[in-house]
Amino acid sequence: MSITVLFLLAIGLGLAGWLAARARAWTFRHESQTSRLAALPNYHAWYVALWIAIPMIVFATAWSMIAPQLITQSVLASPAADVLPEFGFKRETMLSEARAVATGAAPGVFNTDAQGLVEPYRNALSRYGTIGIIVTLLIGFLGGAWSFLKLKPDFAARTQVERIVMAILLLASLVAILTTLGILASLVFETIRFFGMVSPIDFLFGTHWGPDPMANADNPDASRYGAIPLFWGTIYIGAIIAMIVAIPLGLMSAIYLTQYANPRLRAWVKPALEILAGVPTVVYGYFAALTVAPAIRDMALATGLSNPSSESALAAGLVMGVMIIPFVSSMADDSIAAVPQAMRDGSLAMGATTSETIRRVLVPAALPGIVAGIMLAISRAIGETMIVVMAASTAANLSANPLDSMTTVTVQIVAMLTGEGSFDHPATLSAFALGFVLFLVTLGLNFVALRVVKRFREAYE
Amino acid sequence: MVTIVHPNLEDTDAKMSARGVSVYYGDKKAIDNVSIDIPTKYVTAFIGPSGCGKSTFLRALNRMNDTIPSARVEGDIMLDGEDIYRSKMDVVQLRARVGMVFQKPNPFPKSIYENIAYGPKIHGLADGKDELDAVVEKSLQRAGLWNEVKDRLTDSGTALSGGQQQRLCIARAIAVDPEVILMDEPCSALDPIATAKIEELIDELNGRYAIVIVTHSMQQAARVSQRTAFFHLGNMVEYGRTSDIFTNPQEERTKDYITGRYG
Ligand SMILES: Nc1ncnc2c1ncn2[C@@H]1O[C@H](COP(=O)(O)OP(=O)(O)OP(=O)(O)O)[C@@H](O)[C@H]1O
Ligand SMILES: [Mg+2]
Repeated sequence: MSITVLFLLAIGLGLAGWLAARARAWTFRHESQTSRLAALPNYHAWYVALWIAIPMIVFATAWSMIAPQLITQSVLASPAADVLPEFGFKRETMLSEARAVATGAAPGVFNTDAQGLVEPYRNALSRYGTIGIIVTLLIGFLGGAWSFLKLKPDFAARTQVERIVMAILLLASLVAILTTLGILASLVFETIRFFGMVSPIDFLFGTHWGPDPMANADNPDASRYGAIPLFWGTIYIGAIIAMIVAIPLGLMSAIYLTQYANPRLRAWVKPALEILAGVPTVVYGYFAALTVAPAIRDMALATGLSNPSSESALAAGLVMGVMIIPFVSSMADDSIAAVPQAMRDGSLAMGATTSETIRRVLVPAALPGIVAGIMLAISRAIGETMIVVMAASTAANLSANPLDSMTTVTVQIVAMLTGEGSFDHPATLSAFALGFVLFLVTLGLNFVALRVVKRFREAYE
Repeated sequence: MVTIVHPNLEDTDAKMSARGVSVYYGDKKAIDNVSIDIPTKYVTAFIGPSGCGKSTFLRALNRMNDTIPSARVEGDIMLDGEDIYRSKMDVVQLRARVGMVFQKPNPFPKSIYENIAYGPKIHGLADGKDELDAVVEKSLQRAGLWNEVKDRLTDSGTALSGGQQQRLCIARAIAVDPEVILMDEPCSALDPIATAKIEELIDELNGRYAIVIVTHSMQQAARVSQRTAFFHLGNMVEYGRTSDIFTNPQEERTKDYITGRYG
């Protein structure tokens, strides 16, 4: 008995309640002298429908999580469970095989010992399925009866419905917030474990990065956990090289689109730019690794550099810059377009040319929005993984030469998590510490950017 | 449509003159065949019901309609006898000579000082900081704003009150020393006191600049202007001395409008 059935029941019963409540509300309207109810009949209807459906859905969801455990327990309590080994892998597979056969997901058991468990499983499934349906229906009827009895001509159904709707919306937003907090908590937990093995000072200020996942985990060599080269590589690729590409190109395209392009062209170019934002980053990664990086190496060779790296910071940064252009340009576009037309007219009426107006009035007025866009773009760039994983190297160099190979925080997170180290080895745990730092930095950038945007909005309202 | 011009206008020196001007927005005609002379020494008021094309015509006088892609101007408009649409005068020069003040005050989100210095800077009218300071002070003084803002020149122009902002915009316009100032309902967003200040200012400036003001207030037109043009449905119905228009209109429609029978 699946949760889908319970949901359908909830919806069906809710609909019935809706119709009944509406009919009831209409009779109020006909009976009452004033012909003015405290709320429209539809609100009465929704009030009852929500009181039926929501408790049912909540119970059905909870039940679908609890029921499997109850079923397993009752199977284990049955005499057929004696054939099961005490614990271990075999016990688990036998149980899941029997369950698969009982639900019809598998044609037969592979392990013949499990055959005896199929029947108890089938019984338990149907028993708890029936219980689920009955309780769900009961809850629905109770909710419906309780709310239906409250319906009166002067019942403020409207405010009640509004309140319920608000509560639902609040719950929805809480889900996102709680998920974020959960992620953060797990990150913090592992980070603390890591800092128990390697001191934060060594991690944050050390200049040599080369964790050895095979080394003794109990006594890690802290001097191999200096993350400065990673931070530098991240900033150099994501915030310097990429931005040298993205800021001018993004700004200029935004200015062109808002101030010069005719509407027909704009209607084409703007979506095209937005498509650029939708290209999966792995595709950019191919491009960086297969096209741009070799081209840069060939150019370096042609200019006489000996032995240039085939995985240069420049290649990853350039491609990342192109990827980021739409972020910069769409924020800049929005904020330039948000500068009131009156400002532009005022400047033009003074005899300023279009480009003077852009440079001296529009861009300064839109600057907070533009800066915020750039900050969001940087936070996006330094958190970007695919391009650097494919195009940057894993060699942690502390260098200012863009042709050198460098690595970034995200690349090392991937490398450490997929490395050979066991899960509680400091090399593996360092990935969480790196992730935590990255999280804090991007969070800070986003926070500042949003504040700036907000201030900017207020300025024109 | 016959345009009735009072025959007894003694002044013939026209700063700007329009001949057979029509303005279109796409296929829609917003101004139909208007001819008018804007005198050098007087304030000219444009009056008429909403949507009759006053702003459209005003914007044709400094080519602000160029910023609207669908707008198209036919006919001749001269500034000191030079065709502003077809001679070698470009819009930048034209707008330096024909300034504009808008209905809603629109100071730039810069300091008060920078707002005034904007025009002189882009037209290269001041050499060095001292000269620029002098221009800023003179413009603010002429606009009657100097005493109110002289201690806070670095504050943002947008932090001023509505009336102050509008005077700032007028100061900004006169900082480039234009020959004509076009004002499109400059007082419509202001209270009576701020309005009185602006009207005083217009009186002050009268004679130094040719001024054109669009207004919905008959009293204002009567108070500040010496010439009045009445527009209706894209036509200029009547043009003459303000005193004549208000006391002795020749056209039935003018009479109806100024006596408030429709609007
Ligand atoms: N940008 C535009 N695009 C298309 N039509 C316009 C545009 N601006 C004005 N119009 C039209 O041109 C006509 C004249 O408008 P205009 O703004 O000149 O009137 P107005 O006399 O200034 O009115 P008001 O006193 O309300 O300001 C109106 O019918 C208006 O709808
Ligand atoms: Mg107007």
